[in-house]
Amino acid sequence: MSNGISMERVEEIIDGYGCQVHHLIAIMQDIQAEYKYLSPAVLERIAEKLGVGVAKVYSVATFYENFSLEAKGKYIIKVCDGTACHVRKSQPIFNAIREYLELEGKQKTSADGLFTLETVACLGACGLAPVVTVNDQVHSKMSPELAIELLEDLRKEDAANG
Amino acid sequence: MAKGIMFIDGQRVPFDGEPNVLSVIRKAGIEMPTFCYYSDLSVYGACRMCVVEDERGKIETSCSMQPRDGLKIRTNTARLLKHRRMILELMLASHNCSCTTCEKSGDCHLQALAVQFGVHHVRFQDNRECGEFDDSSPAIVRDPSKCILCGDCVRVCSENIGMGIIDFAQRGYQMQVTPAFNRKLSETKCISCGQCSAVCPTGAITVYDQIGKAWRAIHDPKKRVVIQIAPAVRVAVGEAFGLAPGQNVLDQLVTALKLMGVDEIYDTTFGADFTTIEEGTEFLERLEKGGPFPMFTSCCPAWVKYLENENPKYLKHISTCKSPMQMFAAILRDRYNVKDQEDGRTTYHIAIMPCTAKKMEAARPEFVQPDGAPAVDLVLTSQEIIRMIKESGIQLTKLEYESPDLPFGLGSGAGVIYGTTGGVAEAVVRFCLPDKSKNVLRELKFSPLRGNRAIRVAVIKVGERDIHLAVVHGLANAQRLLKEIEAGSAYFDLVEVMTCQGGCVGGAGQPHGMKQDKEERAEGLYTLDRSAPFKRAERNPVVGTFLKDLSEERRHELLHVDYVKE
Repeated sequence: MSNGISMERVEEIIDGYGCQVHHLIAIMQDIQAEYKYLSPAVLERIAEKLGVGVAKVYSVATFYENFSLEAKGKYIIKVCDGTACHVRKSQPIFNAIREYLELEGKQKTSADGLFTLETVACLGACGLAPVVTVNDQVHSKMSPELAIELLEDLRKEDAANG
Repeated sequence: MAKGIMFIDGQRVPFDGEPNVLSVIRKAGIEMPTFCYYSDLSVYGACRMCVVEDERGKIETSCSMQPRDGLKIRTNTARLLKHRRMILELMLASHNCSCTTCEKSGDCHLQALAVQFGVHHVRFQDNRECGEFDDSSPAIVRDPSKCILCGDCVRVCSENIGMGIIDFAQRGYQMQVTPAFNRKLSETKCISCGQCSAVCPTGAITVYDQIGKAWRAIHDPKKRVVIQIAPAVRVAVGEAFGLAPGQNVLDQLVTALKLMGVDEIYDTTFGADFTTIEEGTEFLERLEKGGPFPMFTSCCPAWVKYLENENPKYLKHISTCKSPMQMFAAILRDRYNVKDQEDGRTTYHIAIMPCTAKKMEAARPEFVQPDGAPAVDLVLTSQEIIRMIKESGIQLTKLEYESPDLPFGLGSGAGVIYGTTGGVAEAVVRFCLPDKSKNVLRELKFSPLRGNRAIRVAVIKVGERDIHLAVVHGLANAQRLLKEIEAGSAYFDLVEVMTCQGGCVGGAGQPHGMKQDKEERAEGLYTLDRSAPFKRAERNPVVGTFLKDLSEERRHELLHVDYVKE
């Protein structure tokens, strides 16, 4: 299927919840855990299997910030914007990364599909502020320069691995 | 059911089984303002207009409040009025207030309440982005800039119609009502029933307006404008001119249309009589051949579309009969093609319908004639014809009465009741019953075919055989019935399905009406049936002569359609 999503696997997850509509959120979480995002085809399949309108599924998926309807990059960068990180200048880090990745408007994922940039409310690591995570690996006491360096390293690493 | 006495603004009001405080307040003669409350939809409590204050000063929405014995509430305190005005002001701030040019102007609930509560100035600015204007559907137009997020359309679509085409998306100030993925309606499985537009309190969802096209045709001397008027239209149009729901204005409507310049005006009940005969004959044939059962009625285009989109395996169960509108058009075209060649004018056929889905039906490829034009050139809803009459400055109630033209203006009582739930089934039963005595008809009147329960079941003897009939209205109820049939827990020979609640009298093209109004319109149709000179389709002398002249092959070609795709 499209973008590496296996519909058989999606159906397996839905069946695992007995096709019950009250498990909608759990189903979407499980699918997203596996594929990082929910494609339109996935939402349509969920609606069909649960016997609800696809607009209802879309409604729930767009209500929660946690669900992503867009394919994400290989590296998901989360810049913490909790109170501690915010006062220790997380915003310039975010802006620097945005500029480095040439993101425009509401765009979150770089054109090469390598990076996705997000903010997160608080990671609970305030002593290490400002914090950036890459695929859940924590990088502490960041600055705009360190962040760009980190991204360049990741890019090189990715190129080396082909 | 709870019973007791409440105190509303100091007045003792008894209650007995009312579902919420709001209905008790209305019973007490106080018109509580709401946007999101409809008795046949779930309670949502979104608009907050129906707030009341209890004796301790607590403010709550009366729609979601249970009546309690001894409950004391006030409906019009200074605080409540202030809140209502503020709610309205905020709604107006997020609403595209282009009232003078809005389709809904004059009939808009938001506008009416803003006037009622004296909101003359809006202090807030709206800087949200809103969804795109969508006129991709053949039946309705969505203008998200006018949406106040009351959720009525969302609930009617999922609860009554069972489709769930539109829903809320996003949240907070970004929230909007939209089909999934911000698609256009034409890219969804929308069946064009238009009920979302019928409940929309503002101009956010309206009927696709084709008045301009109608005027151009009427004013074109080369066109012979021929109109057919559906049964449900005659008992609702009067409401826009101050008459009670259910009052028949067919004859005034004919006069008005003549004054507007229409050439010939006929009655869709004439087409319905063909449908009854064809559908009845088909049903008797199926009884002989043994199926497939249940046979579903085919008059409701939204129902046909639903099966096509979601349940195609049942398409072969649908009667092959065209709807009355399309049968009428086929017969008309058959006769008028000759006439057109003789006098060099082209016949432009307009159908006045209570229904938005008929606009979609008319454009279906099955109903395109060999020359490429649709058999019905244009479908106007009751709402549109009301606007055209008003535009012409015609005062409908002051007009002389004029009957529809002949020969296509003559219909039976059975054809008239097509406009209400149960009517098609009753008409077919009248045709199929071998006993044609008056008593049998009187008995049918008390059978479960009539009434307004969502699903009605009857067993009627035709000859030796017990016929199991079901009548269902509200597509969500039909979906429920289909599941039962599929599970084998119910068996029926004939099932009449109408997508809209109440049948065609409750169609989305009708003037805005509540449940009670729809019931009164239905009663109006039954009254017409009682006074009709003949009650059975096969007694219609004109239909009889037409059918005699048609060869078997031609009859099938004109009156039947196959929705099953290979």
